[in-house]
Amino acid sequence: MHAIEKILAQAAGRASVSAGEIVQCRVDLAEVNDLYLQTIRSFYDMGGKRVCHPDRITFILDHYAPAATIQQAENQKQMRQFCREQGIELLFDIGSGVCHQVMVDEGLVYPGMVLVATDSHTTTHGAFGAFGTGVGATDLAVIMRTGQLWFRVPEVIRIELNGTIPRGVYAKDIILFIIGALGADYAIYKVVEFCGPVLKSLSVSERMALCNMTTEMGAKASYIQPDETTLDFMQQKVNSHYQVFNSDPDYHPVVNLSYDVSGIMPQLSAPHSVDNVAPISRFEGLSLDQAYLGSCTGGRTEDIGIAARILKGKKVHSRTRFVVVPASKNVYLESLERGYIDTLVKAGATIVTPGCAACLGTHAGILASGEVCISSTNRNFPGRMGHAGAEIYLGSPAAVAASALAGKIVNPAPYLDTN
Amino acid sequence: MKTVKGRTFVYGHNLDTDQIYPGRYLELTDAVDVGKHAMEGADPDFIRKFKAGDIIAAGRNFGCGSSREQAVFTLKANQVGAILAESFARIFYRNAINLGLPVLICPDVSQKVTNGDTVTIDLATGMVVNESTGQTLQAELLSEYVIKIIESGGIAPLIKKEYANEGSNL
Repeated sequence: MHAIEKILAQAAGRASVSAGEIVQCRVDLAEVNDLYLQTIRSFYDMGGKRVCHPDRITFILDHYAPAATIQQAENQKQMRQFCREQGIELLFDIGSGVCHQVMVDEGLVYPGMVLVATDSHTTTHGAFGAFGTGVGATDLAVIMRTGQLWFRVPEVIRIELNGTIPRGVYAKDIILFIIGALGADYAIYKVVEFCGPVLKSLSVSERMALCNMTTEMGAKASYIQPDETTLDFMQQKVNSHYQVFNSDPDYHPVVNLSYDVSGIMPQLSAPHSVDNVAPISRFEGLSLDQAYLGSCTGGRTEDIGIAARILKGKKVHSRTRFVVVPASKNVYLESLERGYIDTLVKAGATIVTPGCAACLGTHAGILASGEVCISSTNRNFPGRMGHAGAEIYLGSPAAVAASALAGKIVNPAPYLDTN
Repeated sequence: MKTVKGRTFVYGHNLDTDQIYPGRYLELTDAVDVGKHAMEGADPDFIRKFKAGDIIAAGRNFGCGSSREQAVFTLKANQVGAILAESFARIFYRNAINLGLPVLICPDVSQKVTNGDTVTIDLATGMVVNESTGQTLQAELLSEYVIKIIESGGIAPLIKKEYANEGSNL
C-alpha cells in the first residue's frame, strides 16, 4: 500500500484498502471557513442537534477578514454563535489568517491525519505527510453530523524532482512548470506525491507552496514523505501523538514522472488558465497596475522576506500598486519582528489584514477592467480577482516583488543579485 | 432512476467555479439570490435563456477551482436537469451529487452535442441520446453509493434518515 492508503485504511478501521474502493473514514480535523454558512444549515437539515466531536471541528474566518458588507458580517455572526452553542473552541476569528496557514501555525496539522476543509487548497497539508482534501459545505456538514466521510481511495502520481534549483527559481516556479507541462486536469481524483533529492533543499514553506498548487492540476490530495525537516517542524509545533506512514517498497504508482529542475527558469502562468505557463522572459516588459503578494500559496514569512530583500531602500514603481497580505497573524508578527513590514511600507506597499483578501476577488485589492496584475496566488481565471476583463499573471513571490519595483514584469534573478 | 430530457447548453474545457459563480457573490445565502448569478462569468445571458430542466454539456474538468458549493447551488436554483461533461473537477462532482444534481462523465460529449440540441439521459444505464442528431453516447455508470445519494434527493435527506435513530454523538 501507499502511505496515503495506509492513512485511509487506519481511518476506516480496516487492515487494507485499494485504489477505487469507496471507504468511510474517521476525520481527525474538519475546518469550515466563512464562505460556508451553508455548512450549518446542512447540519440542521440532516437532523443534527449536537456536533459530533466538537474538538475535531475548527471555524476559521479568513475570506471576509474583516467583514466588508452587512451580509458578510451577518454570516460571521451566525458562525460565532454556532461555535458558542456547540462548544467548538477552535474558532479563529478575523485577523488570524488564511485557514491553511493558521492550522499549521497552531499545531493542528501532523503526519498521518485525515484533514478535510471547505477549501480546495487543503492539498497543502500533504507537505506534512497528512491526507488533506477539500470539500463543499454539505460534505463538511456530514462530518459534523457523523464524524466521518466517504472517500474513493485515490491512485497516486509520483513526481521525482532531481537536480539543483537555480538562483531566482522557487517552488512556485517548479510547480507552475509542471502544471504547464501536464495540464489543469492531469491529476483529477488522484494524489500527487513529490519525492527526490530536491526535496531535501526545500523548506516547509516551499513544500507547502508545492503541495498547495497540486489543486490546480485537479489533485485530490498531495503527499511528501515526512523527513527530518518535517519532524523538526513538528517538534516545534505539535503536541498530539502522531504516526508516520511509509509506502511499501512494492507499491506501484499509476504514473512515475521525473523532472530535472536545474534547467527551469522563473515561470509565469498567463491569463486565463493556470496551465497557460511560459518562462517569465516571454512576458518581460509588460506594464503592471498591481502586484499582489499573499495567500495560502505565496504569503508566508519567507515570501515576505524575499520581497523585503528585493525592495530594501527602494520604492515600488509609481504606476504599480503593491498589495501585501501576510498569510496569518503569526506570519505578520514574524515579518514585523524581522523588519520586513517596515521595509515594505517604506517602499510603498499596502499591507492588508491576514486572510484571503483579493486572491478570490472579494475585497482588499480588487482589479478593474483591463488592469494587469502579477500575483503570488494560485488562480488566474477570468474575474478571479475582480473584473473579468482584468489579466492575472501568477508567479513566485520574488517575481512579484521585483516586478512591483520595476512597474513591469521582470525576471527576479538580477534583483536578488544587487541586494 | 429516472430519465432526464432537455435542451443543451454547451461549454468548453476547464470551466471553473469562478465563472459558474463569481467570488463576489459568495456572501449571498438565499437560493433565489444565489440563482440570479449562475454562469455569470462565462455566459452573462445564461439566466435569461435557460429554462428549468435544460441540460449543461461541457468538455474536460468542469467545475475546476474553488470548493464553493454555491456553484452547484446556483445551478440547482435554476433547475438544471443534469450535467454531462468529459470529466469533472472532484469537489464540484461531490457537491453536485450531495445536492442531488445528476452529473455524468460522458466521453466526447462536447464534440457530439451542439448548443441547443435536445438530449435524453437514462441515469440508470448512462445511455445518452442526442434527439437532434439521432446519435447515441455512453456515459460512465454512476456508482452504487452515488445512485443511493441521488435517489434520496441528496446526502442531507439520506444522512437524516440513516442517523434518525442513532442520536447525534456517534
